[in-house]
Amino acid sequence: MSTHEDVLSSENLPHEPERATLEGKNKFMGFWFFLGGETVLFASLFGTYLALKNSFGEAEGTPSQDLFGLPLVFIMTMILLTSSLTSVYAIYHMKNHAFKKMMVWFGITVLLGAAFLGLEVYEFNHYVHDYGHTFTAHAFGSAFYALVGFHGAHVAFGLGWFIVLMIRNARRGLNLYNAPKFYLASLYWHFIDVVWVFIFTVVYLMGKVG
Amino acid sequence: MSTAALEKQGFGATLWDYLTTVDHKKIGILYLLGGGFFFLLGGLEAMLIRLQLMLPDNELIGAQFYNEVMTMHGTTMIFLAAMPLIFAFMNAIVPLQIGARDVAFPFVNALGFWLFLFGGLLLNLSWFMGGAPDGGWTAYAPFSIWSPTHGFDFYAIGLQITGFGTLMGGINFIVTIVNMRAPGMTYMRMPLFTWTALIASVLILFAFPALTVGLFLMTFDRLFGANFFVPEMGGNEIIWEHLFWIFGHPEVYILVLPAFGIFSEVITTFSKKRLFGYSAMVFATVLIAFFGFMVWAHHMFTVGMGPIANSIFAIATMAIAVPTGIKIFNWLFTMWGGNIRLTTPMLWAAGFIPTFTIGGMTGVMVAVAAADLQYHDTYFVVAHFHYVIVGGVVFGLIAATHYWWPTMFGKILNEKLGKWTFWLFFIGFHLTFFIQHFLGLMGMPRRYWKFLPGQELEVGNFISTIGALLMAVGTIILLYNIVKTTVSGEKCDSDPWDGRTLEWSLPNPTPHYNFKQLPLVRGLDPLWIEKTQGNGKMIPAEPVNDIHMPNNSFLPFMMSLGLFIAGLGFIFRTDSTMGYIGIVAGLVIFFGSMIIRSVKDDLGYHIHKEDLEEEGAGAE
Amino acid sequence: MKGWMGRFRALFLLGGLALVLSGCGNPYLSALQPKGEGADMIMDLMILSIVIMLFVFLVVMAIYVFVLVKFRQKKGQEDYIPKQVEGNRVLETIWTVIPIILLLILAVPTVQYTFALSDTTPETQEGEEAENAEEALWIDVTGKQFWWNFDYRDKNVQTSQDLYIPTDRRVYIKLSSGDVIHSFWVPTISGKMDVNPGKNENEMFIQADEEGVYWGQCAEFCGPSHSLMDFRIVAVSPGEFDQWLSDMQNVDPEAEPESEPAREGKKLFSENSCLGCHAVGSSPAMMGPNVTNFGDRSKVAGILDYNKDNIVSWILNPEKHKPGNQMTGNYTVPSKEDAEKIADYLMSLSPSEIGPDDAKDDDYIKPQKDEESDNKNEENNEAEDSDENTNEEQSEEE
Repeated sequence: MSTHEDVLSSENLPHEPERATLEGKNKFMGFWFFLGGETVLFASLFGTYLALKNSFGEAEGTPSQDLFGLPLVFIMTMILLTSSLTSVYAIYHMKNHAFKKMMVWFGITVLLGAAFLGLEVYEFNHYVHDYGHTFTAHAFGSAFYALVGFHGAHVAFGLGWFIVLMIRNARRGLNLYNAPKFYLASLYWHFIDVVWVFIFTVVYLMGKVG
Repeated sequence: MSTAALEKQGFGATLWDYLTTVDHKKIGILYLLGGGFFFLLGGLEAMLIRLQLMLPDNELIGAQFYNEVMTMHGTTMIFLAAMPLIFAFMNAIVPLQIGARDVAFPFVNALGFWLFLFGGLLLNLSWFMGGAPDGGWTAYAPFSIWSPTHGFDFYAIGLQITGFGTLMGGINFIVTIVNMRAPGMTYMRMPLFTWTALIASVLILFAFPALTVGLFLMTFDRLFGANFFVPEMGGNEIIWEHLFWIFGHPEVYILVLPAFGIFSEVITTFSKKRLFGYSAMVFATVLIAFFGFMVWAHHMFTVGMGPIANSIFAIATMAIAVPTGIKIFNWLFTMWGGNIRLTTPMLWAAGFIPTFTIGGMTGVMVAVAAADLQYHDTYFVVAHFHYVIVGGVVFGLIAATHYWWPTMFGKILNEKLGKWTFWLFFIGFHLTFFIQHFLGLMGMPRRYWKFLPGQELEVGNFISTIGALLMAVGTIILLYNIVKTTVSGEKCDSDPWDGRTLEWSLPNPTPHYNFKQLPLVRGLDPLWIEKTQGNGKMIPAEPVNDIHMPNNSFLPFMMSLGLFIAGLGFIFRTDSTMGYIGIVAGLVIFFGSMIIRSVKDDLGYHIHKEDLEEEGAGAE
Repeated sequence: MKGWMGRFRALFLLGGLALVLSGCGNPYLSALQPKGEGADMIMDLMILSIVIMLFVFLVVMAIYVFVLVKFRQKKGQEDYIPKQVEGNRVLETIWTVIPIILLLILAVPTVQYTFALSDTTPETQEGEEAENAEEALWIDVTGKQFWWNFDYRDKNVQTSQDLYIPTDRRVYIKLSSGDVIHSFWVPTISGKMDVNPGKNENEMFIQADEEGVYWGQCAEFCGPSHSLMDFRIVAVSPGEFDQWLSDMQNVDPEAEPESEPAREGKKLFSENSCLGCHAVGSSPAMMGPNVTNFGDRSKVAGILDYNKDNIVSWILNPEKHKPGNQMTGNYTVPSKEDAEKIADYLMSLSPSEIGPDDAKDDDYIKPQKDEESDNKNEENNEAEDSDENTNEEQSEEE
């Protein structure tokens, strides 16, 4: 049976440190269920978006075909997909107990995530100022910013989470107490990535087609 | 800290203990208190409704106030009374039933409670800050978007906060039940209450996010100028109805499935028989949950979805009657051949069967899509869902209160008063609601502030109000019973009902670590097996060892308080600068607490083997 | 739509259930006393489902009572341990299969009637010549807080609160809302249908078997006076309807009333810009109820008895009668004398001989179409003709 000190020790880590303790197992499973709930959340937002796509009522607005520019969104997609890959590397190093390498790869993940967020801010800014496509202009605008914005907020939260974790644990190395935390953060990051793939397809590609 | 020491604490220390507790038993008590308070509040609102509708063209309360009362009655009863009371018993009983020392996420568990409480308080603050929401608990847009008071702002944000708490509670119980069962407690040996708690938690997980999104969209529309439900700006009001009912229908099963579980426990115990068709009961529970997600649009037969959608949803809805029927017959055949003791909890279970059967029957009737065009939004539907929610959920909760009071508080509620409560409430209930089926068919739509003379609705409404008064008297007696028992009741035996499941194997009072040694489970109804095949005590599955326990924390309270303040800030953002201060302060408290939680190591503590052995020696 | 279900119902009528149910409530309000095609069909379904459900309930209750009586603990048996039965395959199969069969019996007519009730393609009546789809009577119904407007499509006729329909055919209605969601419900005639704002317009048909003034209500919560948003369907015989329609088409909004106070009332009505909201004639100023045939209203504001006192009281203080209505605060409250004059004027607005009273008598007047075939040459006089008919028959009645 483990005591306090064991949990915080970086020695003798098992192969899957994230699931070695009961707490770790609980967190692992609980988080998967949480992501299940998040899936319903985004499904509801997708449904709302599809129902209100190109719906302007009495207001003036730019239809999705003319609004979206694929090149920028494609770059964003690539950046986010890459960041998912780098977080996989990080977890790979975690399982090999290579703490420094894990931190480096998580660092790259954070940078890529920040780049994605920056581009998204630029994109929104462009829509607002060049097309008057705002949150309050019409139902299409509301639905678009709600869906893509919710995703963006998730990205921002994920970045904050990574940063807090990395700063907190920078000095003490990997242990049974923080391994599940890193693992969950990367799981969350993958989920965000998957949601973005759907947004890219449903919002941008299908929006371009009509 | 032993329980004996706890009892000698001063008031301040006890209060602090409850504010910071992560012990599932204490959180259960908190949920019971919170839910009980809101149940009384919702009941008071119900009485106002019935008094207003006692006479035709009555002017007892005004139209606007009536609408607020009617809205808050529904909202309070569903979100702030029934849900937390279900959580009260899930918290107090499920870990004991599966032989666990705690839940999977004690901190999150506490957070869930405080979010519920602060959300509920925020919602009810609306009474004092410009008026409560006034468009029905379903809050259909665009009425809810255009309603001029802040009522629906409170509704959206209050329920959002409460909903977060519920979602966390749901995840917590899934993981607890999946990961933390005692040795030998396989899935098919779990008590039915645990099973229904598990399935209800899964439903919470997949249903509540739809409400979360709906409430966000409503908040955006009302407070941030969005146009989701504004027809002129391209919005579509029907989206709200879908989102609400995608959540709302599973919600019915979230409430009623645990109640089914409670009745299964009560009926087996007081019939001295194992549950008839256990595996069929489990299967039926899963099936009901599964169908529960595919029938939401039966609340929308009159919306104009077209005959194809209406037919599909009608048939899916009818299908639910089959597993429900299986359950009813299994309960009856559990009693068949048994040795039935009609104690108060068993009386409630006995009252439940015919009541819920009627509710189920009218359920099939309203599922007939074409005929629902007459039933929909009338008192027929009001009667139907009260038969299901009161006859199922409330009866179940009161049965559970009597049944598990010894587990939670170490005393038995007075049986004589309990029976008075039952008969008054039961008769009052049927007087109130049976006649409402007919009122609906005779042309009385629901949510009517007044009915007019000459509509021949006078007699029915008058009878209904008399019934409601009887229910109120029954509830007051229950309250008196609780106070009386708490003040002057005697400590009871640890297994007063001759129980069958693990919670009855624990000493009275239950130690805060629950099980000194985790029990070895040898089959369904493990304690009963030991009673008939062993020496009546659970066989330990492990030697006495150090027990790891979580630390108390004040952060759940602070996080919830933060959201509460931020919520108030958002509501009054455009009214005064105090709003912005509230938003900033609230979010700082919330995220600050979250960061503290993330940064500060919380490793819990150990109860040492030596102390446990000493304590054990003292008890025996 | 009167197939096997109709026969079934006749059979069950003998059992008395329908008889008991049909004793319930006001004959012009209760869904249990159907007087229209839709309500009739639904009543069939109701009775079928009640019969099936009563059967199930009786089985459950029989077992239940037996169990509670027989197996209740007896004195001296406190320690008796019953046999711990696990289950019984056969029994469990029985109570799974039988409910499925019962539900299938219910599901078939459910689907059939669901489609039948939502069918709004104008169709032929049995035994008659095919009715041209263009001849079907369509009415655009608009729900507003807290009143109803009825626009007879392509007929240039508008009314509010009282909806006139002929008894010989289905009338098709399109429902839309000017503000929040309402629901159009006339229990004796048919089931309800939501009245949504925006694009979600709905269609349904209504048909009344016999003449009468049927109580209609709003069934979806819509605000403080939701419970007071009543209206009436005035079902008259086809000939009376045709006459009413042509009278309404030929109404002269400028016509001077006969009595002096009413004339002054008319002046006040336009001077106080009541006309800005309340149209006389078919102009679609839909801010407030159209008052073209206010003199024939069955109720004041849908809820109050039709008399001058109530009209005056409404004009002076509508909030007292319908809290939260859109009129309060949006007009200059006239003096009591002026209000009385306006009431006189409003009560004089009776462009047609046909009113709610004609729905309460029993004379059936054939549609103009049929009359036309009799006197094709006298087309110009047909309105007068039917006028005379009505008068004659009415006087006979009296």
